[in-house]
Amino acid sequence: MTPKNKTALASSISGQTSRRDFLKVTGLVGGGLALAAAAPGWAQDTKKLVGGGDFNAYVQIRPDGRIVIYSGSPEMGQGIKTSLPMIVAEEMGADWDDVIVEQTSEVDTDRYGRQSTGGSYTVYLNWQMMREMGATAREMLISAAAIVMELPREELRAEDSRVRHLLSDRSRSFAELASLAQEQPMPAKADLQFRDREDYRILGTSKSQVDSLQIVMGQGDFGIDTRVPNMLYGSYVKCPAVGGKLVNANIADLKALPGIVDAYKVEGNGDVRELLDGVGIVGTSTWAVFEARKMLNATWDERNANKDSWSAFTAFANQQGNVGAEVLHEQGDVDSALEDPDNTVISSFYEYPYLTHLCLEPMNCTAHYRPGKNGGKDHLEVWLPTQSGPRFQTLAKQRYGLEKDQLTIHVKRMGGSFGRRTSGEYICEAIELSKLSGQPVKLTWSREDSMRHDYFREGGFCRLRGAMTKDGKLAAWEEHTIGTAVNGKPSRWTGVHPSTFPIATSAHARGSLTTYPMDTPSGPWRAPFSNTHAFVSQCFINELAEAGSRDHVELLIEMMGEPRWLEPKTFRAMNTERAIGVIKLAAEKGGWGRVMPAGRGLGIAFYFCHAAHVAELAEVSVDDQGKVTVHKVTAAVDVGPIINRSGALNQVQGSIIDGYSAMAGQKITMEDGRIQQTNLDRYPVLRIDAAPEVDVHFIESDYDPTGLGEPALPPLAAAVANAMYAATGRRVRSMPLLDAGYRV
Amino acid sequence: MTRFTFNVNGSDTQVDAPDDMPLLWVLRDLMGLTGSKYGCGIGQCGACTVHLNGEPIRSCLLPVSQIAGQSITTIEGLAQANELHALQEAWIAKDVAQCGYCQSGQIMSAAALLCRNAQPSDADIDVAMAGNYCRCGTYIRIREAIHAAALSVDATAKTGAQS
Ligand code: FES
Ligand code: FES
Repeated sequence: MTPKNKTALASSISGQTSRRDFLKVTGLVGGGLALAAAAPGWAQDTKKLVGGGDFNAYVQIRPDGRIVIYSGSPEMGQGIKTSLPMIVAEEMGADWDDVIVEQTSEVDTDRYGRQSTGGSYTVYLNWQMMREMGATAREMLISAAAIVMELPREELRAEDSRVRHLLSDRSRSFAELASLAQEQPMPAKADLQFRDREDYRILGTSKSQVDSLQIVMGQGDFGIDTRVPNMLYGSYVKCPAVGGKLVNANIADLKALPGIVDAYKVEGNGDVRELLDGVGIVGTSTWAVFEARKMLNATWDERNANKDSWSAFTAFANQQGNVGAEVLHEQGDVDSALEDPDNTVISSFYEYPYLTHLCLEPMNCTAHYRPGKNGGKDHLEVWLPTQSGPRFQTLAKQRYGLEKDQLTIHVKRMGGSFGRRTSGEYICEAIELSKLSGQPVKLTWSREDSMRHDYFREGGFCRLRGAMTKDGKLAAWEEHTIGTAVNGKPSRWTGVHPSTFPIATSAHARGSLTTYPMDTPSGPWRAPFSNTHAFVSQCFINELAEAGSRDHVELLIEMMGEPRWLEPKTFRAMNTERAIGVIKLAAEKGGWGRVMPAGRGLGIAFYFCHAAHVAELAEVSVDDQGKVTVHKVTAAVDVGPIINRSGALNQVQGSIIDGYSAMAGQKITMEDGRIQQTNLDRYPVLRIDAAPEVDVHFIESDYDPTGLGEPALPPLAAAVANAMYAATGRRVRSMPLLDAGYRV
Repeated sequence: MTRFTFNVNGSDTQVDAPDDMPLLWVLRDLMGLTGSKYGCGIGQCGACTVHLNGEPIRSCLLPVSQIAGQSITTIEGLAQANELHALQEAWIAKDVAQCGYCQSGQIMSAAALLCRNAQPSDADIDVAMAGNYCRCGTYIRIREAIHAAALSVDATAKTGAQS
């Protein structure tokens, strides 16, 4: 890197200004194209333009030529703060080096749109709007240039932050044009044209994420790093079994401890996603309040608390047969195929454990509750790592009666989330401590809190049965999931989904469910449902291939059948042609069919979820001592055109490593309602030495792009398990591997 | 409460703290140096890694009383005179981070490795970096970035020697 770049880096980090300062500065100098800010009709127009879509971010050109693109969706490591602005910059004709990306510091869905992230939806839901924002800015700049340069619009083109005349070498910079441009009429949607893919200069290239510099200097904007004047540090202790009521606590003892400012008995409302009973402690450092907890002596009434037992759930599941209590889906004639004596019928039982989110940044929130003075309104300011600011607004209204104008919300970068930071309890606890102490409080959960009080990826079991014809075709598919129910209602993260592969492609298929009551809170964990269903279903396809003496890849392709969308009228559905494309590509690039040395094998798996078609091929060896080595994973991915190549690769590499980490060692169990693994010493995670090589191939089909934060994870465990079978002749039907006697 | 004097990122510093308060919380809560992260508090994740007299240590486990008079370097002090460390540059160029939370600790462990081993092999990296967990799974790029930084330092040294 040249010294010049170094200076630029240093000034860009020190030059980060808040959005408000920024508006003030540009207001003073009186220039700048500020969509939305300068054009109040924009948000409504855009809504019309996109047929009810939301406005998400906006563009501003500073007089110095810097182009600010706002990012309205929370960043948690999925790269959205870089990829969405790349779309805007591309359409606009901006030079990426001129772009500064700022996180919107307020939550206002009328103005910015959805402002939530999850479900790998963010790229998909914002693609069109980001293009419209960029294209609109570009057209207004071209209009201004046409006036200034006295040239017809048709002869002008925007690129590299300039409007150029195509027939001469004349050009004007965006900065020169900005103030005139903002007075130009906003083009109608019908008139907007988007750049051809062949002309892209930014999309599809690799950009380091916009906060890379801050991160490597230790200045990432994480919630846990919040420091505000007069702030206390807080901790909140709940019953280790969820739902226990606080009876007594030695509050006076706690208050007398060094560094402790105050301690409170807090009565909750019984809602695990809002506020449970607990002991709140505030003090002068995180250490002081963590130490004070060790001296806490509390009694809990656990009559209505969680009594879950993983071993009891396991024993129950082991007694279940092929068909569950409730048949949720049936197509064709499954029983005839299963009873046909000419068919080969096999059945297997699979198990997957509970998992914790393990965001490396523990749950935290900083809150400052200011009661209104002299009859004025109360005000709440929060520094909040969350996947959804709007959801917090709803919580604040419902629980505290606070309207939007009584809230100041700073959405912080998240040190991982994976579906975790969508609930309200860590926010409510911080608010409670601020109300009680009358000061701003940064609440930090310990690692133990974060693992004990999670919304877990729930564990479960699946009995699968399938029939293969004499000539090796799939005759019937049956899956019976033994999942959980809370208050008698099946969990949202279990069950049978007819649109999933292979039910969706099979002529004869049945899915049923048996539930077991579990009170342990569960929630979305990176690719929810898919991350377990892919394991059980894609392993079992490998078993069926063997039963029918078929090559796994050939069988997969045959199962896809004719090229078609499996659900009409949505390109978020599975498409058998796209599926075959990734299966063939993974097989080809990963060297499917190679003769492997003893103890080494190849395994493949395909899965479709989150609008993404992904196939992964794993090369694995297992030695005599049961030591497993995943040498290489080859992934073929079709999520349409790639936005940020570097970010996309990172997501696929990371999902594969994360998926293997979970498969290798992770398992949460509970007895008597108590989570038994509360820190990393009992929850082994994958280290760098065991990380496989990952070779990623994208099929950039011509459909609109979709998200990549989740869908590369589900196929991994099945691909590895199938490879282990190829290497050893022993099936892997439960996770994690460490539990089954393997070493990693 | 005791007054401790030690050196942080090149500056002599005085802090009043309980003897057993781990360095991590002294840095984060008392000094406002929040680049070092809390991940587990039991020495298992490496997010809190800093240098003590040049050696990588887990600051969540080290009581402040044990560092009196010694030198600490944190992620905030890794860049020198407005010049990024070669590892920081490599981390940006390779776009290593996802959420970024583990990366201060990763970089500090890698910096200590490069100090004692200018051209680490993959096996050296495995050993030196085994204590640093990344939930986002950025290990492949961490390895690439360490190799890239080692090469760039090597290249600079060679150019410097010639001139
Ligand atoms: S916080 Fe120190 S090793 Fe995890
Ligand atoms: S980048 Fe998220 S934990 Fe490493």
